[in-house]
Amino acid sequence: MSSYFEIIRAGINTTFQDDGRKNLYHIGIPFSGAMDKRNYILANSLVGNRIDKPVIEFAYQGPLIKYRGDKINFVITGDVKFKLIKNKNEIDGNCYESYTIEDGDQIDIISTNKSVYGYLAISGEFDLKFQWGSCSINTKANIGSNKGQKLQSSQKIEIQNINQNQIKKKLNYINTRIEKIRVIKGTNFDYFSNEGKKIFFEKEFIVSKLSDRMGMRLEGPYIENIAETNIRSEGLIKGVIQVPADGNPIIMLSDHGTIGGYPKIGVIISADYDKLVQLSSGSKLKFQEVELTDAETLFKLYEMETQNLISQII
Amino acid sequence: MIKNISNLGDAALYCDFGKEVNKETNSKVIKYFKTLKEKKVKGIINLTPSYNKLIISFDLKKVNYREVKKIVENLDVKEIQSEFSKKIEIPVCCIESFSLDIERLEKKLSLSRDNIYENFFNKEYFCYMTGFIAGMPFLGDLDKNMRTNRLETPRVKVPKGSVGLTEQFTNIYTFESPGGWNIIGNTPLEIFDSLKIDSPNLISPGDTVIFKQISLKDYKNYNE
Repeated sequence: MSSYFEIIRAGINTTFQDDGRKNLYHIGIPFSGAMDKRNYILANSLVGNRIDKPVIEFAYQGPLIKYRGDKINFVITGDVKFKLIKNKNEIDGNCYESYTIEDGDQIDIISTNKSVYGYLAISGEFDLKFQWGSCSINTKANIGSNKGQKLQSSQKIEIQNINQNQIKKKLNYINTRIEKIRVIKGTNFDYFSNEGKKIFFEKEFIVSKLSDRMGMRLEGPYIENIAETNIRSEGLIKGVIQVPADGNPIIMLSDHGTIGGYPKIGVIISADYDKLVQLSSGSKLKFQEVELTDAETLFKLYEMETQNLISQII
Repeated sequence: MIKNISNLGDAALYCDFGKEVNKETNSKVIKYFKTLKEKKVKGIINLTPSYNKLIISFDLKKVNYREVKKIVENLDVKEIQSEFSKKIEIPVCCIESFSLDIERLEKKLSLSRDNIYENFFNKEYFCYMTGFIAGMPFLGDLDKNMRTNRLETPRVKVPKGSVGLTEQFTNIYTFESPGGWNIIGNTPLEIFDSLKIDSPNLISPGDTVIFKQISLKDYKNYNE
């Protein structure tokens, strides 16, 4: 019997994501991939998959899914409120704990709690088309599986290669939230006035509604530019904080345009990227300066922590 | 050849080739880009050449800034072989409904539309970089009398295939996209084809481009 997910309600921005695409910036194709890498890796680990397998990523409100087929395990990671519906019995689900579902069961991913992204992984494989070695959907460029579009209501997603030896797994972990984001000074840091620099590192900024997988817009006190508000267009990477003429910072996220022409005041350190993307609209954040060598150490620690979490799965 | 190398965050090198934006500076950027691309250096995951910069991003799990910087500083940069760079002809139709900003250009440049087209089609252009959206080429240089600013208010949707002008550059919108360039015409040619996995973009940095004006009839017949 064939196994599949039937999407009853698609959610706000539900896509397939994996580790992303490499070596394509020079032709204008961004990295994409799961926004919160740690939760992506944990999702795969908790259903016994290789850590780079495709998962379903959702933002704010997730999908309502009806399952058809043979027994399968699934897990949800992040900070997510969801229910499992079995024969009209509703069970409140816990993140980081895998559950077994069978024919006719439903998963209702109601919403993320004070965060943006959550992940759904299964102990099997979604039947997806890969583009440049990745299933990751970039809805702005229509690249990736599902014709580069977010999941739609009433569509079916075929599932194959269900793991026959699946066991339920669990991890005791609470997805913490941070509001202090560490940055390294950007290549145009000196374009900004002393007052502007001070504001950048001392004042609070608020995550705007106009944030998505491409970028996070911030609102806050005006950051004064005393040199040029435009630079020659040049490459961008994820985590770069650009400040256009209006003085409001924009942080480049995983689906960002590959080239940009606004001054770069800073770059988010790699260790804080997963936490940054989880700041929902309306959240407050502050920037803190760190040096390159400290950023490198912090990233090593962050990676060790992730490995530790994987080893704590029971 | 690189004037200065610094770090862009903790996982990228920012290579500055100098302030000048011209073919000579850009050729140096492209040489480094092509050499590094061919060399397949461990840990490097993306290379982004632009007018006068090259950004090299790497996997911080595998390498760090100092290691990659050392590799770049000691790189044996090759001359670009002629087969690396192509000459490409792009057909462009300039009827009114494609030439969205021709009136604006006439005013801004104080030239008649015939003069504008004649000047535009009578030149070879050099591809400085591709990107922003997938496959979009940034070509130059326009003659001095053909240079003007972006639209004051960018369009929400620029049609796919549109050919735009801004300052010393001309570009091609490979997808429908927001944008503020002055649109002079439209090409029926597919500039970016995601089904061509190995080389989805028709035009690469270092290539030469010439535009050829075509009629609406030729435009319509182009893909048949």
